[in-house]
Amino acid sequence: MAQNFDNIVIGGGHNGLICAAYLARSGRKVLVLEAADRLGGTAATRQFAPGYRASCAHLLHLMPRALIEELNLAQHGLALAASSMPTTALSLVGKPLRLDAIGPGSIADHSSADAASYPAFRARLARFAAALQPIMAGKAPRLGSDGWSDRLALLGMGWRVRKLGRADMRELLRILGMNIYDLLEDQFESPLLKGALGFDAVLGSNFGPRSPGTVLTWIYRLAAEAGAGDTGLAQPVGGMGALADAVAKAAEAAGATIRTGAKVDRILIENDRASGVRLVSGEVIAAGSVISNADPRSTFLKLLGAEYLDTGFVRRVQHMRARGLVAKLHLALDDLPDFTGVDKAALGGRLLIAPTLDYLERAYNPSKYREFSESPALEITLPTVNDPGLAPPGKHVLSAIIQYAPYTLDAGWDTGRDALAERAIATIERYAPGLRSVISARELLSPVDIEREFNLTGGHWHHAELAFDQFMMVRPVPGAAQYQTPVAGLYLCGAGCHPGGGVMGSAGRNAARQVLKQAA
Amino acid sequence: MIIANDTQPMFRKPLLETPFHARARELSQIDSYIPWAGYTTVDVFTTVEQEYFAIRNATTLYDLTPMVKYRIAGPDAERYLNRLVTRDVRKLKPGRVAYCVWCNDDGRVVSDGTLFRLAETEFRLCAGERHLDWLLDSAIGFDVSVEEVTETIAALSLQGPTSYAVLKNFGMGGIETLKPFGLRVVEVDGIQLTISRTGFTGDLGYELWMDPAHALAVWDRLMAAGKTRGIRAIGSQALNIARIEAGFIMPEIDFVSAEHTIRVARDRSPFELGLDWLVDFESGHFTGRRALLAEKSAGPRCRLVGLDIEGNKPAHNALVYTNRKGNREIGAVTSAIWSPTCKRNLALALIDAPHFTLGASVWVEIYLNRELKWERRMSEARVVEKPFFAPDRRKITPPAER
Repeated sequence: MAQNFDNIVIGGGHNGLICAAYLARSGRKVLVLEAADRLGGTAATRQFAPGYRASCAHLLHLMPRALIEELNLAQHGLALAASSMPTTALSLVGKPLRLDAIGPGSIADHSSADAASYPAFRARLARFAAALQPIMAGKAPRLGSDGWSDRLALLGMGWRVRKLGRADMRELLRILGMNIYDLLEDQFESPLLKGALGFDAVLGSNFGPRSPGTVLTWIYRLAAEAGAGDTGLAQPVGGMGALADAVAKAAEAAGATIRTGAKVDRILIENDRASGVRLVSGEVIAAGSVISNADPRSTFLKLLGAEYLDTGFVRRVQHMRARGLVAKLHLALDDLPDFTGVDKAALGGRLLIAPTLDYLERAYNPSKYREFSESPALEITLPTVNDPGLAPPGKHVLSAIIQYAPYTLDAGWDTGRDALAERAIATIERYAPGLRSVISARELLSPVDIEREFNLTGGHWHHAELAFDQFMMVRPVPGAAQYQTPVAGLYLCGAGCHPGGGVMGSAGRNAARQVLKQAA
Repeated sequence: MIIANDTQPMFRKPLLETPFHARARELSQIDSYIPWAGYTTVDVFTTVEQEYFAIRNATTLYDLTPMVKYRIAGPDAERYLNRLVTRDVRKLKPGRVAYCVWCNDDGRVVSDGTLFRLAETEFRLCAGERHLDWLLDSAIGFDVSVEEVTETIAALSLQGPTSYAVLKNFGMGGIETLKPFGLRVVEVDGIQLTISRTGFTGDLGYELWMDPAHALAVWDRLMAAGKTRGIRAIGSQALNIARIEAGFIMPEIDFVSAEHTIRVARDRSPFELGLDWLVDFESGHFTGRRALLAEKSAGPRCRLVGLDIEGNKPAHNALVYTNRKGNREIGAVTSAIWSPTCKRNLALALIDAPHFTLGASVWVEIYLNRELKWERRMSEARVVEKPFFAPDRRKITPPAER
């Protein structure tokens, strides 16, 4: 036991690093332990082929501006290669559709009625998002609690919804439990527009557009984006890993110690209190408290152990839904592919393959039977368009999120990996003829690979499914929803906590605030 | 797995018969049966009084088969059980039995039962109700197997002052050294039995556990061995009087399992049930420990206590008040009897703080049915020590051969 720390953070993903940075800035002696040799977790930038680098989470659009400013991330090396990146919905039957967050984009090419109604629709959703956004900046209120902070938080939520006014409040309550399919069918006529909007509602979750609760997941995404300010979709210079590096520098500047290649084996308990950790190497490190950026199931059942927890709590952790449904495709390209009808500027944005809502729902169907989509829905970026340094000179990287790829695949991922990569490439090639001829290397990360690579049980990028029953005060499970756990001195700070994943960082920031309320 | 009968579907014959059922039916004089945990069992064979006095003066045979039994085995069995129950299972040696309770996360009692340590890594847990779901959920993260073995083990309870003598006649040598809560495997003429010095009467007594194939042979042999010792088969009613005298509690009568309650605050903690002695905070973590620590510092809101009530009318389902006027209700009786041995009007009652202190005076409202005319009587009662009846013979080793 060489040194004593106030806090140990398990996991150097962005949330862990952000939590550590805030703790260190408040004078805590903090140690971050990362199992991998690099920081950033699923937001790290990895070399997947010699000279080619890609980030598993490939876009920055959810991180609160306040957080970026508080931690002076710009000063610590965070620069954006692109911001306000456009979204282009690809089509095989007509022109692609350019989407803006506020303006009508090129909707008029597809439907003049949609172009007319879109701005008002988005404006209303923006009001909803703004009303919900403050929820994300703090701990979720506890239900049935006598605490004033919990009561105030609940009152505040109610008040912000009430303040929307009668018409908006009614509309919010009408649509909140709906599915995105019905909402968009009511609203628009262009299949391409509906497909693109529906895609964002189900991205990263175990839902099809007809699944209940998908309006909520969409508004939630918009709420997080609202907190991020006006940078829109952005891409850091050097990939998403640069963000983690900047946060790490901020944490270190504040006095935190960061160790990579230090895999934690067990969280140690003394007198019913977390007292430190033991590494796989056998090294024991003591600390006043332990904060886990690992997913809740790993934290409680692998690192801590059921014997230190109550049966009902363990049952909830065990039943928590956390099966990934997303695979990631990285392609090393000799040349920029030619997407039919898409101008060069749009290639620096994000490209969606979700031409209709039915296409999305059909892509979702096989996942229910442990098969991947024959025609998957895809979110594609070409990060080298904005940041050539990610590939050798003149070469390019294609990074695609593939939906749907169930964690449990009947055929098994050993054979499924190549088959899905082929399906995804064939799908993209329909929109970008000749793609195959420029591919020099490829990597497909199935949910099982994501689980193994990032020590992420179930391979779900939110650590725990983001859905009504795993939301806010019941996220990840009742009894651990305010970053504190049943074990004194043990906290959670990862995406499994409120307000969830995506590269947002709010969980880490909120967790630090809870830790600071307790004595070191 | 529950199979009523190979030929009878369960909806035609919803209750199972125990392996002793044939003998029970022969001895039953008044056809008084009750369902218990899915089995047909005898409530009264002849008269309750006859059967009760046999418990306290001779020997009784009670069919214990419906008692729900779980086999818990594996490398983590001890760790698993130590996390399940509130006692320190690490202190329970092979060949010993312990009464224990297990709680939910809030420290409210899920159920109580007796835990038999058959070997270093094998246990049997006997309970009045089924709780396999809770036991299996508790096994998450442990290398342990939990299976219900109720139907594969026939069980008899042999209770009463002459029970040791009956066992000696039965041919069970060396049993005199078996201490209370001791357990051992014996073989008599090729029949293997597990015998434990346990019971629900607070008297000298044993429980015998066997392969159902031997059930009738063991029954017959015990009856023959006890012929000169006044052996008698008894039903649940007589046993109930004895268990109240002994101060033992019953699930769904004196408390409702925390897994079954719906209303707020209807579940009970071990402290509220007067089972403080079962809670060992030094045993490592167990489910409910953190909640019970908090409750211990706050003190229980109510407590199950013994009442000694004036008069001789049992206070069944009586409400309890602070005074004769009955304008302040502080609890209710859960079990009540006229104790034939103590010659006292006794009850178990759940009473709110602070009225449950030993020696406190309370009033119970007893309803009397006088030829269909209901009368109300307010009787004074005192909070008294439990058990109400605890003869030395239950503990003495070797037991007296009466």
